[in-house]
Amino acid sequence: MNASAITIPVHAPAPALPSPWLAMGGVLRRDLRLALRRKAEWLGAVFFFVLVAALFPLAIGPEPATLRLIGPGVLWVAALLASMLSLGRLFEADHQDGSLEQLALSAAPLPWLVSAKLLAHWLISGLPLVLLSPLLGLQFGLGPEALGMLVLTLLIGTPVLSLLGAIGAALTLGVRGGGVLQSLLLLPLYVPVLVFGTGAVDAQMRGLGAEAHVSVLLALLLGSAAFSPWACAAALRLALE
Amino acid sequence: MKLFHYAAPQHFYPLAGRLWPWLALLATALALAGLWVGFMAAPSDAQQGQAYRIIYIHVPVSWMAMVIYLAMAFWSVLGLVFNTRLSGLMTRALAPTGALLAFLSLWTGALWGKPMWGTYWVWDARLTSMLILLFLYLGYIALTSAIEDPRRSDRAGALVAVVGAVNVPIIYFSVKWWNTLHQGASVSLTQSPRMASIMLSGMLLMSLAVWLYAAAIALWRVRSLILARDSQAAWVQQLPEVLAHRAQRALRGAA
Repeated sequence: MNASAITIPVHAPAPALPSPWLAMGGVLRRDLRLALRRKAEWLGAVFFFVLVAALFPLAIGPEPATLRLIGPGVLWVAALLASMLSLGRLFEADHQDGSLEQLALSAAPLPWLVSAKLLAHWLISGLPLVLLSPLLGLQFGLGPEALGMLVLTLLIGTPVLSLLGAIGAALTLGVRGGGVLQSLLLLPLYVPVLVFGTGAVDAQMRGLGAEAHVSVLLALLLGSAAFSPWACAAALRLALE
Repeated sequence: MKLFHYAAPQHFYPLAGRLWPWLALLATALALAGLWVGFMAAPSDAQQGQAYRIIYIHVPVSWMAMVIYLAMAFWSVLGLVFNTRLSGLMTRALAPTGALLAFLSLWTGALWGKPMWGTYWVWDARLTSMLILLFLYLGYIALTSAIEDPRRSDRAGALVAVVGAVNVPIIYFSVKWWNTLHQGASVSLTQSPRMASIMLSGMLLMSLAVWLYAAAIALWRVRSLILARDSQAAWVQQLPEVLAHRAQRALRGAA
């Protein structure tokens, strides 16, 4: 960008406000592009997911029946921890280089921009976990029905983890010891997602039908999608003061 | 309006100072009465023997642990809406007491569980949700003490308290469902036998005592928080206790 680009003619007409959708698309594209250029960051969380899942059979023993029993829970907890691990980067880099302030100052409403950032974050760090989970589920000896349900619940559940986690990330932005603090704040809030996510797979394995669990998970997704961007925006404005 | 008059820390400080000794005195009297009723007057339980007497501590403490979180959410909403400084201080003053009571509830419950259920801990819905409530308190305390800027700290704490309060019912019902799905409730606190009136009165006395204790200690703590927050303000410098303290230090310096 050269200096002449930012000189404004004195009698310029007020620029038309861009549509918030356009701004959201811009933020989404920017975040995805940045993530693709810094692969180590999000690949780290994915490898973490795989490693944690591999530790459990080593600790508990290779008994197939036991592994099948604990498989869904282990994979869910591993996905939860991996998703929390990647939250630290959600706002941190933008906060340090000042682009977060530019987002807050822009004409587009901050909650919309935050939603775009969250969507990008989920595409980068949540979706790979969902796609990897059937592979790891096979290692735990899960049947095809359980595998399908595991993927479905993770597909609905990981966005909730991102949405709730973003509140914690925004609140602890720039605070000393933010990582530990963030997990202390977030783990209690993650309990319902974990309960219904693993409950659905469990019910499916027992042949009870998991519709109720999936419905509750969807309700959690809709509720957190409606409220979390606003809470996040409020927390971010606090951090930027 | 008179209500908002006391929303200023400057005016609330002397009010809290007048209130808390009375509340503490009343709490002590009620606790003594409740303990006497509970441990001396009330008979031992037909099924549980003497061990049941822990409910005189356990139940009031558990109730209060939940009520304090509601109170924190109430002050937080008030603070976020009206932007009053006192609300953040009140939330902050309540949190350690809430965490303490939640811990006591778990502890006394474990002590009662060993003779009754044969185990210190079961993953019962109530126990688990009380544990999560304790974590919510600890999260609030950790967050507010990690942020140095007082305004951001108060408002971030208020956001956490409100988000937590919205989640508390969801967490409670999810945990309840989780337990009933995995196994039939082998032990339940809800099916307790109907209580004799003398036991009930002992428990109510203790509940009132814990309630008043929580109010007294919160007011006492909020006074310290106000002094720490406003230590540079002129009205704090004029307080008789601050003047006396300063005179004492000057005297010691001279000697």
